[in-house]
Amino acid sequence: MEAYLDNSATTPICPEAFNAVTEALTSNWGNPSSLYRKGIEAEAVRESARRSLAGRLGCESGEVFFTSGGTESNNIAVLGAAEAQKRFGRRIIVSSVEHASIDEAVKFLETRGFEIIRLPVDSQGRVPEDRIFRAVNQGTILVSLMAVNNEVGTLQPLEAVRQAVVSSRSRALIHCDAVQAFGKIDVKPSAMGVDLMSVSAHKIHGPKGAGALYVRGGLKKEKNGVRVLPVMYGGTQESSLRPGTEPMPAIAGFGAAVNALPPVSASLERINLLRQRLVCGLETVDGIEFNSPPDALPYVTNISVVGYESENLINFLSERGIYVSSGSACGKGKKSRVLKNMGLGDDRVSSALRISLSRYTAPEHIDMLIYGLRDARNFLRTKK
Amino acid sequence: MTEIILLKHGELALKGLNRRTFEDMLTKTLRRRLSVLGGWRFAAAQSAVAAEPLGEGCDLDAAVRICEKVFGLSGISRALAVPKDMEVIRAEAVPYLRGQLTAARTFKVNAKRADKRFPLTSPEICVDLGAVLLDAYPHLTVDVHDPDITVTVEIRDSAAYIHGNQLRGAGGLPPGSSGKAAALISGGIDSPVAAWMMARRGLALDAIHFASPPYTGERAEMKVHSLLHKVAEYSGRINLHVVPFTEIQEAIKDNCPEELFTIIMRRFMMVISEKIAHNNDCGALITGESVGQVASQTLGALVCTDCAVSMPVFRPLIGMDKDETVALARKIGTFEISVLPYEDCCTVFTPRHPRTKPILKFVEEAEARLDFDRLVGNALAGVRHIMIDSYS
Repeated sequence: MEAYLDNSATTPICPEAFNAVTEALTSNWGNPSSLYRKGIEAEAVRESARRSLAGRLGCESGEVFFTSGGTESNNIAVLGAAEAQKRFGRRIIVSSVEHASIDEAVKFLETRGFEIIRLPVDSQGRVPEDRIFRAVNQGTILVSLMAVNNEVGTLQPLEAVRQAVVSSRSRALIHCDAVQAFGKIDVKPSAMGVDLMSVSAHKIHGPKGAGALYVRGGLKKEKNGVRVLPVMYGGTQESSLRPGTEPMPAIAGFGAAVNALPPVSASLERINLLRQRLVCGLETVDGIEFNSPPDALPYVTNISVVGYESENLINFLSERGIYVSSGSACGKGKKSRVLKNMGLGDDRVSSALRISLSRYTAPEHIDMLIYGLRDARNFLRTKK
Repeated sequence: MTEIILLKHGELALKGLNRRTFEDMLTKTLRRRLSVLGGWRFAAAQSAVAAEPLGEGCDLDAAVRICEKVFGLSGISRALAVPKDMEVIRAEAVPYLRGQLTAARTFKVNAKRADKRFPLTSPEICVDLGAVLLDAYPHLTVDVHDPDITVTVEIRDSAAYIHGNQLRGAGGLPPGSSGKAAALISGGIDSPVAAWMMARRGLALDAIHFASPPYTGERAEMKVHSLLHKVAEYSGRINLHVVPFTEIQEAIKDNCPEELFTIIMRRFMMVISEKIAHNNDCGALITGESVGQVASQTLGALVCTDCAVSMPVFRPLIGMDKDETVALARKIGTFEISVLPYEDCCTVFTPRHPRTKPILKFVEEAEARLDFDRLVGNALAGVRHIMIDSYS
């Protein structure tokens, strides 16, 4: 038996999504922009996926734009909003624990004369609310804050961002990277007061290659929508925000995966039980330190096995069919910037493991991990 | 009139009575590597090989890219083979060189008359063809010192060859012409460069990699495969031997002083490598060591490592600076792979303060606490063999 416990990196595809992908590859393979029936049928699939997504996000389907995934959604949000908003100011605020696709995008904007404020986090990985209030001023044009951190599962205070923007009387847009939160907690952009939100299909048991960006008002002036400029130019697909023939198999699978999502509260209840089992099990292993705060999203648990290297542990567990990671898969083996910014020492950072669950995680998987970690401590020599 | 690739012999042109053997090895390598693009005829004469594609529509650009990685060649040019007749040379040179000459501003003509029966002397050929080309491409001017394009006419025994600028070959001696050696490959920047440098001197390669699962993972070994694929584009097939090293590293860690860990580990590596090399007809070992680069490569440490084996150990990087090695690694294409961050056997259990001036006597005493022969035997029994071939 394998225990896949790296669901923050990607998730196994659900049967509903698999069927939808297959259908789009084999029978319904038309180009949704074509005028004839084959195109209209494909368009219907795309629009049904859009409605499913809109239903989950509690928004109009016209406010949902398909992209190739979380990284692209984040890039369009940050670069597109900066470009559209630059006449109002140059200040952009992000947290110091954002995903690389935000961090690197704002780094690029920094070279183009934008002022980037990276808010520090506390030892829990959370941006202190007062820092947000102090940072947002009238010249702020964008605040981007993730809903849930991908490495430690910390929830970020997005409501404070809305309050800060309103009270500063700035024209700042608020972007929320909800890639890790979508499907796990309720993320409804209008209720959260968020203008832009990124989600991705393969983190919710959909296929790789599809994501979406919510844009308040759907780029329509008459709906008092926010302005975001595209980062690529070409056809008029996705209202020209994301031109190029739509990846229909991935979009169809995205829609089906959204439809297959159980209600958030039911999933959370089950995941909470698994998390309890995980925490109790981990407490029986010597030398484990918890890096995730107790109130983190229970899907993600970040620990350190002090004295051991993450990479050695990952290899050891991998040989037994247990899959965990040391942090973001997009960092591929680099030391975690998130844990460093939380103020953790080198010994904690270099021995970190991220365990992330999904609705397909079974209690036995958790037990395999616990036994695996105990064995690792018995067999592996410590580094120092 | 056919377009061919004219390949100039490098250093092997200086060989004496055994030059034929070297030429045959070079042709054999060319034949094998170019075979993916179709059939070829090879004519070796006068320190050059003319490679002529047999079928229609052969991708000569791809062929040139392959030839650029063949050791033993000093120069490579796509050339037009024509009858040895000045009329024909004039008529064919104008259209053949159109692409290169229209993009250039200055040119000169260079002639080499190896076949002295040809009626015009070299300077006469230059003047004659130069005038024709100037006539056909009036935007050009002649610059005999630093031309954009040097048009070369070679009157050889077999035919006359017309070509533009010549590309540099990879140099060195034909693959395998110097015998075979075994290179120790960790996954770092240096060892693939060292292997490449010795392959350039005509050595066929075996490679030896030490893996310490679970401390090192699949990614680390895949990285070594990728590195060797880059080297094998030059050297030809590499037989990779992967040695299980965990038991040895753990035994050293448990029984020997921490500061001697690396030096003892390296002695194990050398002993095991020598045995593998011996069993696979390799006459020498190759490492990427450079004096003083790290604690295990100080003079004292090198002495300790070297004493572990009797086979010659080639260390082509021994006097090189890191930036020189990096420049070569970039050229070979291994640098980007080497800097991937996976843990390899050399970084497992690295001591905080390794001994930089180890004394052989103390190292041997520490080693005596281990069942050396049994550990080496176990490792050798578990060796896996993988063939790395970039041209299959």
